[in-house]
Amino acid sequence: MPETTFLDSTELVLNMGPQHPSTHGVLRVILKLDGEKVMGTECVIGYLHRGVEKIGENRTYQQFAPYVDRMDYVAAVSNGLGYCLAVEKLLNIEAPPRAQVTRVILTELNRIASHLLWLGTHALDIGAITPVFYCFREREEVLKIFENYCGARLTTHAFRIGGLQYELYDGFEEQVKAFCDMFLPKVDEYEELLTNNRIWVARLKGVGILTGDECKEFGVTGPVLRAAGVKWDLRKAQPYSGYEQYDFEIPTGENGDTYDRYMVRMQEMRQAVRIIRQAVEKIPSGPIGKTPKVIKPATGEVYVSIEAPKGELGYFVVSDNSTQPYRVRVRPPSFVNLQALDRMVRGGLVADVVAIIGTLDIVLGEVDR
Amino acid sequence: MKKFLRTIFLVDLFQGLWVTFRNQNPKYIYTEQYPAERPKVAERYRGAPRLNINPDNGETLCIACNLCALACPETLIVVTSERNEQTRRKELTTFTYDLSRCMFCGLCEDACPVDALELTQDFELATYTREGQIWDRQMLEEGPTPTQYKC
Repeated sequence: MPETTFLDSTELVLNMGPQHPSTHGVLRVILKLDGEKVMGTECVIGYLHRGVEKIGENRTYQQFAPYVDRMDYVAAVSNGLGYCLAVEKLLNIEAPPRAQVTRVILTELNRIASHLLWLGTHALDIGAITPVFYCFREREEVLKIFENYCGARLTTHAFRIGGLQYELYDGFEEQVKAFCDMFLPKVDEYEELLTNNRIWVARLKGVGILTGDECKEFGVTGPVLRAAGVKWDLRKAQPYSGYEQYDFEIPTGENGDTYDRYMVRMQEMRQAVRIIRQAVEKIPSGPIGKTPKVIKPATGEVYVSIEAPKGELGYFVVSDNSTQPYRVRVRPPSFVNLQALDRMVRGGLVADVVAIIGTLDIVLGEVDR
Repeated sequence: MKKFLRTIFLVDLFQGLWVTFRNQNPKYIYTEQYPAERPKVAERYRGAPRLNINPDNGETLCIACNLCALACPETLIVVTSERNEQTRRKELTTFTYDLSRCMFCGLCEDACPVDALELTQDFELATYTREGQIWDRQMLEEGPTPTQYKC
């Protein structure tokens, strides 16, 4: 063993997680430390692996739909939309307009719910305890809309292949409009609490910088990419489910640090409200689509990706002309974004690791699948 | 200069404190006192399953077609039936529903052609034993009876 004096510093290996409140689940990060400085990290994932992709091979197309909700469980509606769009593309069918508009409203509401949960827990990690209560209060309103619509709050199973299962309930438009009116002042309230707060700014500004080029190298998508100044949003780049009809902007940041990512997500919530308001005004009448009783697509493969709250969520479905998919591969945004953790953390301080994991907005159900 | 003054007088912190102060009003209390105050769940809530019976004659509505068992992703429904020799119709004998594996996706109630199987608004499903989670036909028809607490 080499002799060390108190002047030499040796590498200290510290395990963070899997049972650590700020890793947002069961992520284990092995930190290599030099004093307070992080020299390197290694992520250990798989604690929440449930083999969702393998389950998909043993279920029919309709039966697999509830399982995808359980990957990104804070944005279950987006997951369901991605899967339904993939199978619909495989079958060469399209949901009727009424179903498409309803899908847009529910996914945007889910984006708000997901960002609210992110904001609350992220602020809690940094040390601001108040926002989490306010965020959950507003998130409750979104979950009530989901509960009224499809009967479940979190793992909604709201969409079916080929359209919707449930007709809109009476008072849906009013409830959504009331939520939009109530919600925008609340976003201002969160901004009042945090945006100028000196502790918040000091903890976030210049922490975990990821430039646009680095984002592209890692394949990072979603708010993390947009905060680096890259204007890339799949809702604009390759519109699905009728997103081209809506007028909205893609908020971007400049520096690609944690503070910019916070600002981008706050703006995204406002844009989501803008989309919902436009969509509620023009829900067309007509059929909501009928789920085919037996789904047996022709042999082929299809990749469909959507803009989930956390980034690009892709489904790659291979069919072998049977009622069960031959292979379902999911490209989860959290899993890909998590790779960038090492680059963002290296050279920083231990306390910033918590802020950076929070800002990546990972959901471990989706990372491990 | 303005920024300096804002820093000196802690404007940002008081701004945040003002938000929390505004929310102190007791009319903004959102906490539900759960066991005493029971939440009203939505009409479409997907909770405990129920096997409906015909209110006129007390017979089950189930026609033992087995479609729910086929639709279930977890294959947790087991339906057995026997053919009635006089009427030449299938009659339901047993119906078991393993709630411990159920994820309340609602595919079984969608598949039911006669609206016999339904997911209801009952959400208190805890039991003391694992076997208690496996519901037989009688339990499915009667539904759970959770303890009602009063404060």
